[in-house]
Amino acid sequence: MFGLDKRDTTLFLFVVAITLLAPFLLNPFPTESALAQFNAGYPDLMQRFVIFGIFAIGFNILFGLTGYLSFGHAAFLGVGSYAAVWMFKLLSFNIIPAIALSIIVAGVFSLAIGYVCLRRSGIYFSILTLAFAQMSFAMAYSVLSNPSFNLTNGETGLQVYASDPQYLKGDGPDLTHLFGLEMNATKTLELGAWEFQFNTGFYVCAVFMIFAFYIAMRIFRSPFGLMLRAIKTNQTRLNYTGINSRPYTLAAFVISGMYAGLAGGLLAATDPLAGAERMQWTASGEVVLMTILGGAGTLLGPILGAAFIKYFENIFSKINDTVLHSWFSFMPESIDNFLVAIIHPFVGKGWHLTLGLMFMLIVIFLPGGLVDGGQRIWNRITGRSRTQNEPVADPKPAE
Amino acid sequence: MGILEIKDINKRFGGLQALGDVNLSIEEGTVHAIIGPNGAGKSTLLNVLVGKLEPDTGSVTFEGKSILGLKPHQINQLGISRVFQTPEIFSTLSVFENVMIACFAKRDGAFQLNPLTSMGGEKDIHEKVEQMLLDVNMADKRNEIAASMSRGDKRRLEMAMCLAQDPKLLLLDEPTAGMARADTNNTIELLKEIEEKRGITMVIIEHDMHVVFSLANKITVLAQGTPIVEDVPSKIKGNPKVQEAYLGGAHE
Ligand SMILES: Nc1ncnc2c1ncn2[C@@H]1O[C@H](COP(=O)(O)OP(=O)(O)OP(=O)(O)O)[C@@H](O)[C@H]1O
Ligand SMILES: [Mg+2]
Repeated sequence: MFGLDKRDTTLFLFVVAITLLAPFLLNPFPTESALAQFNAGYPDLMQRFVIFGIFAIGFNILFGLTGYLSFGHAAFLGVGSYAAVWMFKLLSFNIIPAIALSIIVAGVFSLAIGYVCLRRSGIYFSILTLAFAQMSFAMAYSVLSNPSFNLTNGETGLQVYASDPQYLKGDGPDLTHLFGLEMNATKTLELGAWEFQFNTGFYVCAVFMIFAFYIAMRIFRSPFGLMLRAIKTNQTRLNYTGINSRPYTLAAFVISGMYAGLAGGLLAATDPLAGAERMQWTASGEVVLMTILGGAGTLLGPILGAAFIKYFENIFSKINDTVLHSWFSFMPESIDNFLVAIIHPFVGKGWHLTLGLMFMLIVIFLPGGLVDGGQRIWNRITGRSRTQNEPVADPKPAE
Repeated sequence: MGILEIKDINKRFGGLQALGDVNLSIEEGTVHAIIGPNGAGKSTLLNVLVGKLEPDTGSVTFEGKSILGLKPHQINQLGISRVFQTPEIFSTLSVFENVMIACFAKRDGAFQLNPLTSMGGEKDIHEKVEQMLLDVNMADKRNEIAASMSRGDKRRLEMAMCLAQDPKLLLLDEPTAGMARADTNNTIELLKEIEEKRGITMVIIEHDMHVVFSLANKITVLAQGTPIVEDVPSKIKGNPKVQEAYLGGAHE
């Protein structure tokens, strides 16, 4: 189906189902229960899951397939956001022109940056991309924001004001919308003790993510994707086999840049605002973490990684001492205080610590990321032996 | 005029004269062996031919056109394929995918933007790969990851990749090194068959004299970067210069 083989079709339909049913799946705990704070099924967070899922899926096409590790992809996300907000300012709050421009601008931008950075490989490539992204950040933060030429609105961030022209707005909505469907509209469904929220913005982004996933899948299964994997394994052999690897890496770079632009455009579409901090190196690093954590080079990995990190960022960071005390209040006070003191550094503002530890554990024990872990568990359950294709040591060359 | 003309090639690495005034003409449709002690400059010569190294002086023409200064992929697209001394394969990919890449490179050229083409639909490529794997006796290993194979199998795979491209000139750098006797004999058979059936011109570097004398139409002996003798196999064995190069020369 859709040009995919049977296994891929199953995987694709699985992703579609999980994504569309996310409002149910992410809200497993009754609203009034103590565990309700572990629910992730609210619009804002769900939107983040899918938007950063798109970002990571695209990043994986470059990093997972070719092995070129970019430390500057947040620049393309940021550029996408700025482009989208400009469309809101100039045209209307309809998200389609905004997202289209996000993708185009990010594509052009990544073509220019990729052209320069891909003259080097390995660590030098990574450093070059980092340098470009930090330059872009500095430009957005200050250089491109002055009274005579204000492209980014500096520290405040770019946003839509009532005085903006919005030439095509007419009497359309005053909030971002898809041909009249308002992005922040939410329907709530109450089922017994549970409450599920269905948000237009989430579903619009989800459809984009499903489409992004589908395209990534096609790329993975194409001759083009095979060449990208060959670049990662042995670029020398590829060149001596008659393939010019440069345009392949550049194409992968631009495609992943466009994915980042789409993610940036969607961020603006759910909240019409663009700030320079979206381009900072920490944001670039985050997508690297997502991809590695989920499983670089796998199809599902980036989505899992993105969801994992965004979940931690939003759920663990909200657990403060009051919440902890309420959990352990049934115990004697001294034990309660002791437990809270121990857990305290790992939650709330300390969520980065937990994430860092998790990342270390996964990289050390599951080099293939969460997908690898899932596969191992699956193999254990089905009783299948571990991967048969473990590389065997190369015997000494005989001269 | 041979298909490949090498004229006055010199290459120095610091103080070491790796190639000194190399002149060589490879006739179309022949198997030309280059032999010589370790460090004689055989692999360096191939590196010059495939665009890995730029010589200090001299010229290399393939089918009458200069190939000096071309990038490795451009030289390959002209019809020159090389099997390396240490196997160069795509070790994380399957045997089938390895050969597939070579077939795509031959059919589609150096770059093809086809990210939405389904690999499953490439019937002609699949057939070609199947055929190639049968030819080199690796059909049963098609799904194995290349890294997991023996050194001999890796070499056969690399040879399959090069042959799948139907090159006009095949450069083989010690193709049977590290192979078991039986595999070596199979390789000789394979190369003989290719030579007879397809008439591919070959340059073969080899230490195994059994291989050299089974295949070569002509032999060049290289010593310390310079060709000292070039002759038909039957006349090489008795040549005193060759004996001296091997016994008195740089042999370890
Ligand atoms: N890139 C390089 N830089 C410096 N020296 C080199 C380089 N490549 C080869 N050499 C030197 O040039 C000489 C010729 O090397 P080459 O690999 O061509 O020998 P060879 O005839 O292929 O030997 P073998 O039979 O051992 O493969 C050697 O002394 C080698 O150390
Ligand atoms: Mg050598």
